[in-house]
Amino acid sequence: MQQESVYIDPILEPILRQVPDPEIPVLSILDLGMVREARLKDKAVAVKLTPTYSGCPAMDVIGDDIKKAIEDAGYVCDVELVLSPAWSTDWITPEGRKALEKYGIAAPLDASADKRALLGEEKLVKCPQCQSKNTHLVSQFGSTACKALFKCDDCQEPFDYFKCLI
Amino acid sequence: MSLKKHDFRENGDKIDYILTIADNSLILGQRMGELTGHGPTLEVDIACTNIALDLFGQVRSYFQYAAQLAEKSCTEDDLAFLRTEREYKNVLLVEQPNTNFAYVIAKQFLFDHYHYLFLNELQNSTDATLSAIAKKSIKEVSYHKRFSSDWVLRLGDGTSVSKEKIQKAINDLWPFTQELFEPNEAEEKAVELGYGVDISKLQEEYKQAIEKVLKEATIVIPDLEFYQRGGKKGIHSEHMGFLLSDMQYMQRTYPGMKW
Repeated sequence: MQQESVYIDPILEPILRQVPDPEIPVLSILDLGMVREARLKDKAVAVKLTPTYSGCPAMDVIGDDIKKAIEDAGYVCDVELVLSPAWSTDWITPEGRKALEKYGIAAPLDASADKRALLGEEKLVKCPQCQSKNTHLVSQFGSTACKALFKCDDCQEPFDYFKCLI
Repeated sequence: MSLKKHDFRENGDKIDYILTIADNSLILGQRMGELTGHGPTLEVDIACTNIALDLFGQVRSYFQYAAQLAEKSCTEDDLAFLRTEREYKNVLLVEQPNTNFAYVIAKQFLFDHYHYLFLNELQNSTDATLSAIAKKSIKEVSYHKRFSSDWVLRLGDGTSVSKEKIQKAINDLWPFTQELFEPNEAEEKAVELGYGVDISKLQEEYKQAIEKVLKEATIVIPDLEFYQRGGKKGIHSEHMGFLLSDMQYMQRTYPGMKW
């Protein structure tokens, strides 16, 4: 985990917490671990943002939303996209994982468990509706780049699983 | 637009190298994108377009970097949409038509395994940006590889019809695999200068990886002497022009248009 390398200015923290992921609105971009740095100097703010997936179509929107939120608070904001270190699902905070579950998306397992689950070797992914682990993979690719599609064999509901990226 | 080395001589070699590697993802992404709304099932449709999206995302990172090296004499969009056919350096494999689902899978499978091994090495590039793009992309490509390999297994070890189709697709696309491991001028230079991957060294591992899947899928490995090449030098197959006219349509019709 490279969580330690994150620096977010305490004054900017509450502003950034208000910016949601446009595709998963219950989740703040801070909970997703996408903001790697937010520094304040006088009235100038420099934000470093990392994408979850290279092709994530929400990236431009997120960048614009951050800029707007910070400028609305009276600062000048510059958002820079950084690729390294590459984003990992480990960076999702415990609050973020809870928010995902509540929203109906199963939170990512750790890497080795994820592999076994996606290969269908073991039933490890918990249904966010009924909490059963009697689930199976329908497709490795779900409604967005970051998710896989699962189905619960107990309550029969299909659900998204936030796939692991480590 | 015409990209000439003398426009930005200093970084010309590196830009050529970036285009050589990025064009594979761009053109394969375009082919995969053709399945939008046309996949055999909804789940497969979504999977294929997700793969296309990943590839385009990677291409954007490469092209943004190339445009930066070109000192703003071109933009990422120029590189994607305004080059002529000869200026694209992708391998012939990725531009081959989709034909049917077996070809979609076979093409993806044959490229994914190469792509994975390539990115694995590019992570060690002396160029920090290329290394960062590789580290990001390889996570995505490991999913692509799993998807296409799974489907090769299913089709090969499926019904007699699916087996016949995937065997034919593998046979037809096989002649394009050798080019993956034959460096063009930019790739040779990149190895010399330390930021590139020596692709000729990947072939043995590639062979083992794909043969393992093909054997399990009960697909006969083609025994060929003849291989087709040229894309990396800008000499493309007859399919490339059609692909480009489709891909470049909006920018050619409404020059400078933006979303």
